[in-house]
Amino acid sequence: MVNRGDVKPKNKQMSNLVYKYMRPEHLPHIWCPGCGNGIIMRDVAQAIENLGLSRNNTIIVSGIGCSSRAAGYLDFNTIHTTHGRAIAFATGIKLANPSLEVIVIAGDGDISAIGGNHLIHAARRNIGITVVVMNNNIYGMTGGQYSPTTPKGAFGTTAPYGNLDRSFDIAGLAYGAGASFSARGSAYHVQQTINIIQEGIRHDGFSLIDVASVCPTYFGRKNKSGSAVDMLKWQRDNMIPAEKAEKMSPEELKGKLVLGILHQTQYTEFTYAYERLIKRLYEEREANE
Amino acid sequence: MAGNKRLVINSAWCKGCGICAAFCPKGALELVDEKVRRKEDTECILCGMCELRCPDYAIYIEEKDDEEARNQWVMSY
Repeated sequence: MVNRGDVKPKNKQMSNLVYKYMRPEHLPHIWCPGCGNGIIMRDVAQAIENLGLSRNNTIIVSGIGCSSRAAGYLDFNTIHTTHGRAIAFATGIKLANPSLEVIVIAGDGDISAIGGNHLIHAARRNIGITVVVMNNNIYGMTGGQYSPTTPKGAFGTTAPYGNLDRSFDIAGLAYGAGASFSARGSAYHVQQTINIIQEGIRHDGFSLIDVASVCPTYFGRKNKSGSAVDMLKWQRDNMIPAEKAEKMSPEELKGKLVLGILHQTQYTEFTYAYERLIKRLYEEREANE
Repeated sequence: MAGNKRLVINSAWCKGCGICAAFCPKGALELVDEKVRRKEDTECILCGMCELRCPDYAIYIEEKDDEEARNQWVMSY
């Protein structure tokens, strides 16, 4: 890896975390004032710092969209791929070198609409990558079109009379497709989200963390949700920890979001199974010769 | 500001969203001309809540030995 110590400005005002794990020459980022993506990107950096991962062994993969600009700001081995295909690239990287820690950062539209098939099949396959979804319920970069996670009845540029479709619960979708780790965090609940991302990275197998972001510019304005502060306050008041939610009835949980690790189990990880298969075939071939 | 910690505001990066001011437990921050500022006659307990939620990394808690750590880290980079 290039010596980035020379490139990074030393005298700029920033925290050590930002200095160490981001590319300060590209900061401040282009995200709107109050955008939740900045908070979530810091969560990812903090989780990596807490786990003590090496920058050389960590790959950040992203697709296209607001959230996917994170790959440009984070100072790791990063790859900014085509729309929706972040998981496909990540699968290739992980298979080529299973010792790498591959983290996908994607948006809700990127991962659940354009890349929906990649998501469900990576989950089914249980390949050991971590997917952090910055879920802002809308396509922000292209101008506020409704996405698969826009709630029913919510407004968007392409849904001026309210969205007719029901929304995807990405964490639930991943669970249904067979992910061995699915969780939900939020831009407001910073400490919990850092812990969840840490658990997700540590988990051996496919882990998906659906992090509720805020988009005050498009989702907030179209739905009269107020400023970024109001949207974060909504998260504070309407997100319920998983332990507490277990004791609540579905009626009580209506309109609320459950926060925490929703599902965690252990299956054989794909690259491990693949290596074992290759080894077995080599041994069989040698025995036959 | 006690001990070896202090609050740093990088106005150049601040976009004035007001998140830090809204969630400061001591109400020690305010927005002036779309930039965050320490409010006078208030106490900052250096809890770091602002740093956690600042989407622009414009406000943070700095420790005295941070600079030394950074230089050391740059050399080992």
